[in-house]
Amino acid sequence: MQSKGHVKSDVQSINAVLAVQSLSKMYGDVRAVDQISFSVQRNEIVGLLGPNGAGKTTTINMILGVLQPTSGSITIDGINLAKQRSKALERTNFAAVYAPLPGNLTVAQNLRIFGLLYGVPHLKEKIEGLLNSFDLDHFRDTKCGVLSSGEQTRAGLAKALINDPSLLLLDEPTASLDPSAAQIIREMIIQYAKKTDVGVLWTSHNMYEVTDVCSRVCFLSKGTILLEGDPKQLPSLHGKPNLEELFITVAREPLSLEKD
Amino acid sequence: MHFGRVYAVLLRILYLMRGSVTRLVSPIVWPVLDIVLWGFISRYISQVSQPGFNFATAFLGAALLWEFFNRAAYGATMAFFEDVWSRNFLNLFSSPITIVEYLTGLVLAGSLTAVIASIIMIALTALVFGLSLGVMGLLAVPFMLILYGFGIALGIVGISIVLRFGPTAEWFIWPMPMVLAPFAAVFYPVATLPKWMQYISATLPASYVFEGMRGLLAGHPPEASTLLIGGGIDILDIILACWLFHRMYIRAVQTGLIARYSAESIS
Repeated sequence: MQSKGHVKSDVQSINAVLAVQSLSKMYGDVRAVDQISFSVQRNEIVGLLGPNGAGKTTTINMILGVLQPTSGSITIDGINLAKQRSKALERTNFAAVYAPLPGNLTVAQNLRIFGLLYGVPHLKEKIEGLLNSFDLDHFRDTKCGVLSSGEQTRAGLAKALINDPSLLLLDEPTASLDPSAAQIIREMIIQYAKKTDVGVLWTSHNMYEVTDVCSRVCFLSKGTILLEGDPKQLPSLHGKPNLEELFITVAREPLSLEKD
Repeated sequence: MHFGRVYAVLLRILYLMRGSVTRLVSPIVWPVLDIVLWGFISRYISQVSQPGFNFATAFLGAALLWEFFNRAAYGATMAFFEDVWSRNFLNLFSSPITIVEYLTGLVLAGSLTAVIASIIMIALTALVFGLSLGVMGLLAVPFMLILYGFGIALGIVGISIVLRFGPTAEWFIWPMPMVLAPFAAVFYPVATLPKWMQYISATLPASYVFEGMRGLLAGHPPEASTLLIGGGIDILDIILACWLFHRMYIRAVQTGLIARYSAESIS
């Protein structure tokens, strides 16, 4: 277990696809993210957990380059995001339930446009492969706005993988799905992570999903990383029966964990 | 500059225009209605006015050029609104696209609609009302270039305002050309305006075009220096508009507006 102020994330690792160092974001006097450091290695799925308002989405937005940090640095695949934004983002992609693909374009049109934005070579073949992998062949000419939640999630994931990212950010990717569809999506991502070099940063409020998918988790509370470790071992280290109970403690009594 | 990314912004607009007939209303139906209206007004005025100055040509020519300016201004703004309405900012700005590439794509999309509208308007004025841009000779080229530049500058200012104040500010954007029209002296000489309005008029590139057009039709072509001043102000306006957009974008990234952009969140 590592407590606040003593997180020893291996941010210097040459294998890291994401290295976040001393990252902070202030909104006026409010400190949304406070000096956090962590890394994501290749072939690793890291869970970024925490209660609402803990700073997860703020952190993800900074990594995506749509929110400027107050201080600290973000390095993606060895490229400093602040200095070489476009180059760093060419190696990144993301999917989130709150950022669906434009509903007024078809699945194929959206994939073509995002493929062009990410400078994907052999785009036509890439799109065909993704439509096939995500079982979207039948919906290629369907506008994304009329797809079901599960289909929209699959389309969003196809977009997220169009540039074969080194770093994949998934902000509650299964939030709007039924358990069966969520399980299929989870399996797709796990299989993709296994066969590629991608590093994945995954946020979720489903602790069973996190235990199943992530090899490491970082618990955020009030903008700081409170705990970090293996999701299968962390609960017992803190006297909790499972990750969900640990999450509830982080949300309600973070000070009790800081004393550990 | 990565042209593939610029093309992506343009392609999105092409897909949308192809996929929805209603999107053709703005670049086609409004200009056609305007030309029809001003065509008949001009025809009536030419019937009741004294021989001499050709009011019909002056009015219809002014209406044609003003509508061209409007299309250039609205074209880029409409392309931007497509991303606003579909809440595409997070996907778009988390991609490698730079704001220069994005703005270039919007301007090209705006230019496309301006060209479509112009072709239709020019054909309509020639076929139905017998006015050809040929009466302006080669001067039609600098006239249209200056109006195009000014329209693009105004469009970028509109985009910047919406980026700063949110989607609800769009109702401030649509009347902007109408607010400028009295100062631009579209249908009357600048000398008609009170002195304080003339000072404002002198800062608008469009006023040099419309003064030049009326002078040309009266047999007094504008001097090259007049067009150069209009063109110079044009370039300055475009630079200032791009600077404003850059400032608004930087501010949106610092405050997080880009990430949570919607009518509900920032209006």
